[in-house]
Amino acid sequence: MGFKNLFNSKKILSLLAVFMLAGTDMLFAQGTEAAGATATDAPKDNGLATAGYYILMFLVVCFFIGIIGKVFRVYDLTQQIRGKQPINWNNVMGIFCLVFLVAGLYGVYWSFTVQGSMILPAAASEHGGVLDTMFWTTAGITMTVFIITQILLFTFLFRYRYNAKRRGHFLPHNNTIEKVWTIAPAIVLTVLVIFGFFTWQSIMNSVDAKGQPASINIDITGHQFAWELRYSGKDGRLGKTDYKLVNGSNKLGIDFKDKYAYDDLQADTMVIPVNKSVRLNIHAQDVIHSVYIPQFRVQLNAVPGLPTYFKFKPIFTTAQMRAKLDRPTFEYEVLCNKICGGSHYNMKKVVRVVSEAEYQAWLAQQKPYLTDKLKQQLHFADAPAADSTKAKGNRLALNN
Amino acid sequence: MSTLAVHDHSVAHHEDDHGHHHHKETFISKYIFSMDHKMIAKQFLITGITMAVIAMILSILFRIQLAYPDKAFPLMETLLGRFAPGGRLDSNFYLALVTIHGTIMVFFVLTAGLSGTFSNLLIPLQLGARDMASPFMNMLSYWFFFLASAIMLSSFLVQKGPASGGWTIYPPLSALPKAMPGSGMGMTLWLTSMVFFIASSLMGGINYVSTVLNMRTKGMDLWKMPLTIWAFFLTAVLGILSFPVLVAGVVLLIFDRSFGTSFYLSEIVLNGTQVQPFEGGSPILFQHLFWFLGHPEVYIVIMPAMGISSEVMSVNSRKPIFGYHAMVYSLIGITVLSFIVWGHHMFVTGMNPFLGGVFMITTLIIAVPSAVKTFNWLATLWRGNIRFTAAMLFAIGMVSFFISGGITGIFLGNAALDINLHDTYFVVAHFHLVMGSAAIFGMLAGVYHWFPKMFGRMMNERLGYLHFWFTFIGAYLVFFPMHFMGLDGVPRRYYAFTEFESMKQWLSVNTFITWAAIMAAVAQCAFLFNFFYSIFFGKKATQNPWEANTLEWTAPVEHFHGNWPGEIPAVYRWPYDYSKPGAEEDYIMQTVPLSQTMSSNLPHDFEDNPTGLEEHSKWVNTQQSNEQVK
Repeated sequence: MGFKNLFNSKKILSLLAVFMLAGTDMLFAQGTEAAGATATDAPKDNGLATAGYYILMFLVVCFFIGIIGKVFRVYDLTQQIRGKQPINWNNVMGIFCLVFLVAGLYGVYWSFTVQGSMILPAAASEHGGVLDTMFWTTAGITMTVFIITQILLFTFLFRYRYNAKRRGHFLPHNNTIEKVWTIAPAIVLTVLVIFGFFTWQSIMNSVDAKGQPASINIDITGHQFAWELRYSGKDGRLGKTDYKLVNGSNKLGIDFKDKYAYDDLQADTMVIPVNKSVRLNIHAQDVIHSVYIPQFRVQLNAVPGLPTYFKFKPIFTTAQMRAKLDRPTFEYEVLCNKICGGSHYNMKKVVRVVSEAEYQAWLAQQKPYLTDKLKQQLHFADAPAADSTKAKGNRLALNN
Repeated sequence: MSTLAVHDHSVAHHEDDHGHHHHKETFISKYIFSMDHKMIAKQFLITGITMAVIAMILSILFRIQLAYPDKAFPLMETLLGRFAPGGRLDSNFYLALVTIHGTIMVFFVLTAGLSGTFSNLLIPLQLGARDMASPFMNMLSYWFFFLASAIMLSSFLVQKGPASGGWTIYPPLSALPKAMPGSGMGMTLWLTSMVFFIASSLMGGINYVSTVLNMRTKGMDLWKMPLTIWAFFLTAVLGILSFPVLVAGVVLLIFDRSFGTSFYLSEIVLNGTQVQPFEGGSPILFQHLFWFLGHPEVYIVIMPAMGISSEVMSVNSRKPIFGYHAMVYSLIGITVLSFIVWGHHMFVTGMNPFLGGVFMITTLIIAVPSAVKTFNWLATLWRGNIRFTAAMLFAIGMVSFFISGGITGIFLGNAALDINLHDTYFVVAHFHLVMGSAAIFGMLAGVYHWFPKMFGRMMNERLGYLHFWFTFIGAYLVFFPMHFMGLDGVPRRYYAFTEFESMKQWLSVNTFITWAAIMAAVAQCAFLFNFFYSIFFGKKATQNPWEANTLEWTAPVEHFHGNWPGEIPAVYRWPYDYSKPGAEEDYIMQTVPLSQTMSSNLPHDFEDNPTGLEEHSKWVNTQQSNEQVK
């Protein structure tokens, strides 16, 4: 028996005692250090003392576990000597399984009530409502399966724990029941697939239909580690971009040869009107990012070289959400949800949903991308080339 | 050459071989460059355990960061130096920890450590072969794996730290050394390591497949193989077909990184001003190539665990596995389907939405065989006579985790729901339960169950109980709350939750999770002590300590190259004749002919054997008439 050798050994015990002494020593040393730190420049704490303390604690715990193991062993042996049954570990484990089941089910219940109440509020976008319904349907089905199967698993373990007088029931297969539990999940999954498939198609294949009012087009471009926004101006159309035109003053590489680009606006906050369809055109400059606005149930990756878009319609203004959640500081936020580098965890953009009137007022205040500086650099709008040597020729060409 | 003789199934040669080996084994040929599958299995296991401990320590480091984002730990600076200036982890190094933790766990522990150990150990022993089809390639497989591990770990020693683009290493982040420190030398080492790893995995896989197909003993037809072998066989097939695709992806990435090609790169501007010359590539291409391996990979991880758990549960329930054929067909179904579901990792990457719809259908189909397996395990326990060995507990834990993690897959496999759940902690919770914890528990069940076979000694059962309960409860405490974090829209791979007002409510939960993780990690010391102590001082094992049916328990406890001293035993029945009515014992080994168990034979045993069936009915009739006479 393993423990026997270990704990009978006086060497181990004395080693432990030495460790303990050394540990307390270190603790005291740490205490005096902490006291002296205010007065003089104490040597920098390297954390080894604290680690030693925890290792010591660990060893003490191990020691006690060893003792408990030893006690069990001695008890077993004495029972055997008296000719009685030693501890029946099959029974003990069977009871543990039952206790785990009860405690686990309570834990699940607790987790659902406490942590379950911390999850996202109901969707603040039109398509999000459908997703929420689907989510709760799936959750209802899967949670039922979860609870039933776990109950079966652990009660079987308790109910059919080992008994030397009994034999297992020889049951190699039962085709009927196997067919039932193949077909039943298949049917449930088919329902979920059909529901999901059409929802997915309707969310993703959402080109503006004819006759519908056009969506508000907003360009969102991710780069390490921020989001840039571009609103179309009065003409309602966004100008073309070309990544080769990117430089310090034209950070999105807007092609000002395109007349639709002249009135494109820059913005610090994504302000959008409530109950209006918004189309986010998603771009990335350097690595893959992901536009993620959880409250709207909006997410799509921003991939360099592969423009994507996501269309949604917010249904609650920021003010309404604040009142609803009773959180006066609440803001919708764009998060980056694809690993993109060291500051991935801090790449946000505030989204504010406002009324149509507020939106128009805000939009009127935004500055165009074509700043005075850029105009100068490009020799004003009629010489739209980044390269100044080429600019002259271009102007001549345009003057024709 | 004795290695040649070892393959020889002829009896005469081995009869006189008994007891003494005529070629002297040196330390090097026995323990280091061993070609004995049992020794190679042990090498894989111990390397796997070492890598697992390293990956676990990495996870504890980043868990501490998540629990105490504002606190400085001087010890961290002492140990990690420039990676933790001022006692706080660097945010780039945090990502490196996450990346290497994922890589080591998925590939080095749960692929090589799991398949490598148990395929090597059990395929020859349970099929009745003297060794693998190619022992030399088997040895190479281990040493390539070892080399890959060494290269992967060496990336901690380079100036800018290890690869840190996540274990999926999506370009352009991983392709542009300027995008993050980890995409420099660290990524080069990562890619190199993976190429060696894949070579190792292929050599192993080819060996497993050819051994299973060609080297089964007399009577061992495919439908008499234990489920472990079925699982290892199909896992190897998966690996052979999917790993080369990752090599292709990795090689193109190396080209993009080092030779200026643009397979994955297009329209890139770094730091807001530096226009890069890449044109025409697609980052999505890499994702397709990666997940073409990546999804089969998760089944490469879980299927051996399923096989091991099926076997362990059957032995310890003293009951045949319920629906053996259904179990095999569901494994085959999973194998086939796993090749056409990879796109569910890419629903929101900008891939054509129509493809998303198709992958959603295939993904939810694959849930059916998984559900069948779960129900069959439950039915196996039903009316069993369950012995709670440590291995049995871990097998049960595997089933519990597989259920808990599996059902959340139904959410994530649904493209529409994935919009809001993609890359959140919901995903983290899902795969850590269904493939992380479940596969690790399958592996631990295997270690406890076959430890006597590997080392000829027993592990301490009670320390096993302690290990099980702390790990089992710990894993649930760690991963269960993460579902709710995900449902609150908390993204994964975030260095700190302090920058967003909405995430601050999870800071206390994070502290709780970290302490649960530390508890579970400390509990592994019980295992490590038990494992290494028992190798040397454990109780001596008997030949068949668990009273199991399979062939490995007919081999002697003492190891020698060739497994069985005399003739390889022949097989007469399937491996799950436990508690058969009419039998003397509650188990009948595969080597017992049906003619010796007349009282327990069932008509079912003679399905493909009409003469046997005739004999059987004759015997039954005489028995009945005898009864009547009495």
